[in-house]
Amino acid sequence: MKIDLARFRETFFEEAAEHVATLEQGLLGLERPDADPDLLNSIFRAAHSIKGGSGTFGLEQVASFSHVLENVLDRMREGTVQPTRARIDLLLRSTDVLKGLLVSARSGEAAPAELEQVLADLQREQASGADPAAASAAGGEGASEHAAPPQATNAPQLRRIHFRPASDVLLSGLDPILVLRDLASLGEIREVTCDTSRLPSLTALDPEVCHLAWTVVLSSDACEAAIRDVFAFVEDGADIQVSVAAGASAAASTARGPAVNERATPKPTADATAPAAGPAFRRRASDVEASSSIRVSIDKVDRLVNLVGELVIAHSMVADVVSHFTLDKLDRLQAAVSLMGRNTREMQERVMGVRMMPIGSLFGRFPRMVRELSGALGKDIQPEMSGEETELDKAVVERIGDPLTHLVRNAVDHGIDDVETRRAHGKPEQGVIRLAACTQGGSVIIEVADDGRGLDKERIHRKAVERGLARADEVLTDEQLYALILQPAFSTADKVTDLSGRGVGLDVVKRNVEALNGSISITTTPGRGTSFRIKLPLTLAILDGQVLLVGEELFVLPLVSIVESLRPKRAHVKQVFGDGEVVMVRGDTLPLIRAHRLLGVPTEVIDPCEGLTVIVEHEGRRVALLVDDLRGQQQVVIKGLDVNYRRVEGVLGATVMGDGRVAFILDVAGLIRMTDPDAVEARRALAHARAETSYAPAAAAA
Amino acid sequence: MTEDRSVSHKSREAEARAQYLTFHLGEEEYGIEILRVQEIKRYPAVTPIPNSPPHIKGVMNLRGSVVPILDLRTRFGLPAVEHTRFTVIIVVTVGTKVVGLVVDSVSDVLAFTASQIEPPPQLAMGTKDSFLTGMAKHDERLISLLAIDAVAEREEPVAVEEAA
Repeated sequence: MKIDLARFRETFFEEAAEHVATLEQGLLGLERPDADPDLLNSIFRAAHSIKGGSGTFGLEQVASFSHVLENVLDRMREGTVQPTRARIDLLLRSTDVLKGLLVSARSGEAAPAELEQVLADLQREQASGADPAAASAAGGEGASEHAAPPQATNAPQLRRIHFRPASDVLLSGLDPILVLRDLASLGEIREVTCDTSRLPSLTALDPEVCHLAWTVVLSSDACEAAIRDVFAFVEDGADIQVSVAAGASAAASTARGPAVNERATPKPTADATAPAAGPAFRRRASDVEASSSIRVSIDKVDRLVNLVGELVIAHSMVADVVSHFTLDKLDRLQAAVSLMGRNTREMQERVMGVRMMPIGSLFGRFPRMVRELSGALGKDIQPEMSGEETELDKAVVERIGDPLTHLVRNAVDHGIDDVETRRAHGKPEQGVIRLAACTQGGSVIIEVADDGRGLDKERIHRKAVERGLARADEVLTDEQLYALILQPAFSTADKVTDLSGRGVGLDVVKRNVEALNGSISITTTPGRGTSFRIKLPLTLAILDGQVLLVGEELFVLPLVSIVESLRPKRAHVKQVFGDGEVVMVRGDTLPLIRAHRLLGVPTEVIDPCEGLTVIVEHEGRRVALLVDDLRGQQQVVIKGLDVNYRRVEGVLGATVMGDGRVAFILDVAGLIRMTDPDAVEARRALAHARAETSYAPAAAAA
Repeated sequence: MTEDRSVSHKSREAEARAQYLTFHLGEEEYGIEILRVQEIKRYPAVTPIPNSPPHIKGVMNLRGSVVPILDLRTRFGLPAVEHTRFTVIIVVTVGTKVVGLVVDSVSDVLAFTASQIEPPPQLAMGTKDSFLTGMAKHDERLISLLAIDAVAEREEPVAVEEAA
């Protein structure tokens, strides 16, 4: 039973997080003039669900807080008070606190610091305009629930608990003895008496009916609610009474032995978070992070089940043909295999689909952020969103949140001017920040655009020269120029504000996007706005790759980073600075990187004019990668090398090819990094060591 | 009743003994705790890892997982030899990771009581952390028991340091 409760608890937290999101989005929606009257109802329902759920799981602090919140919302729903901006501010702060309380209840961390302040404000709000008696009663209730647990956990009390389960309790598969055991885990059971008075004679006995009742005298420092919680699953139709066994408290504390001390679960210090939580809960607090889960719609699962069924059928067809194979059955075999192939492919797609979630869950946080930031800066900005239903791998959604937050902040702070400036430029006073997502082939494009002042090319160039990133006389393409603002410690903002302008941020955005195998590009029109386009793979698990041959090894290069492949003419390959080589491609001079050297793979093809050069691009920088030959293009499943080994420079991961062999997927950014002199030197030492060891047998033989 | 007693007798004995899979590298015989051994495989197709230390032979595909292969000969500074039909991979677990070890041949599964195991010789104790947990005697054979975590996990490859 404990295990069950703990599992439901996880589900509760997931649902609670959704309810909090509903609350927040609803509150923001209330401000719009065209707000749906039903919106308030859905906000109210969300608060109510959190209250109900947290009560069930003994999270008293969450329950009492959401109770007060619910009261305020109720007043609004009745129309007694209007949703003014100040009230919505307060309610939004309350959702933050609620979020914090849920996190603290889940992980055992301390309750959020703003709790007291916000609770006090809420209670004042709740009391205002209401009839005083009711308000103080409600306020009192909230406060006492909130304050009670710490005291309740200290002194063990003797309680007499009477429990008569519903007579059909056994039919629902619940065993009353488990309840009694749970009780024992709360403290020390002093006395148990079983009431058998209702037991019929043996001939009349129905073994599936429960006729028994128990009276337990329990010495425990758990509060009454915690004790009642034990009965949460058997309380329907049951008679449960908990009363304090009078005068016994002192005796209990003297009689309490050391063994009891250890077993008494809720320690006074931990009371703030979940005083009523049993030991099963406490244990789980630490593994909250690990047990992240996905909620999948039932029809996605049903289709998977159907597909597996088809796959089984396809397999039996193949098995049937193969078991009595004659050449004339070749057609049937081919048909069966191709059916199986189709099923497998569809299955792969659908299984991937299980990991997908709509990006809207991420976009949802931005209206609130834009509202608050723009308010603080005296700007008027309207967020606009589209493509919220675009689906992305859960892991990608989780990791793109921070970069997007950066970009939105940046747009609010630097992109869009204040009201006066906008008016002076003849633009509408209200600025717009547009968040859009769409699927394009195997990628998802996320765009963060503003209708602000745009990037100032000249200032970027000046700054780049200052920072030594470009020469004063250097002519840079727009693309190269914009790429500069993604460099570390590059900020053109005239003044540093709280929000941004320190030049930290955009480079972090770029790094995070690239860590997801994505890319970022910038377009801007002076006076009209700036747009950041992030291109991300749909999933981190699959990649479109170009298979390459170097020596006897196959490698996979992500297709997105390939510009073109060509075999250079001899006149176009030049030696520079001794070791370095470059390839001229239509007027561009690209550094030549020899894959065999970088990867330490012996090969016969060392002449660039005999092999092939693959032009790859990374951060607007192009290099020519010399390989022996190209093989086909194919989708590969990425497997992390660090699962069983560790990360390897220049390698994104590994994949298993059709013949069962492992091939490495190359990481263009890593390969370029590997060409700097220190890395080259380190590799040389390693290659030397390798050579030494492989000479060893010869030495031994001699 | 007699049967019962013999069963309980056996299980008591099993508790006191630890089982080891023994294998050969050249003339020497080594042992690995059998609980750490996941499986034994024929030498597979191995893909070398770019710029890895010499004792990492590469990776293999173990039913869809990418598993690194560690050559114990190179690891222990022994001369490399041609692979024979006895050359196998012992797949072991190291923490959450799975690693394959190349050995010349596997020989036995032996059980040792604690009294049969002696601490590793002083010589090995002198090095920073020994690859051995102890030495076991079985008949006339002396078996070196491997500290598999130290062998697989320790980053700096001994051979490279010496060579460089």
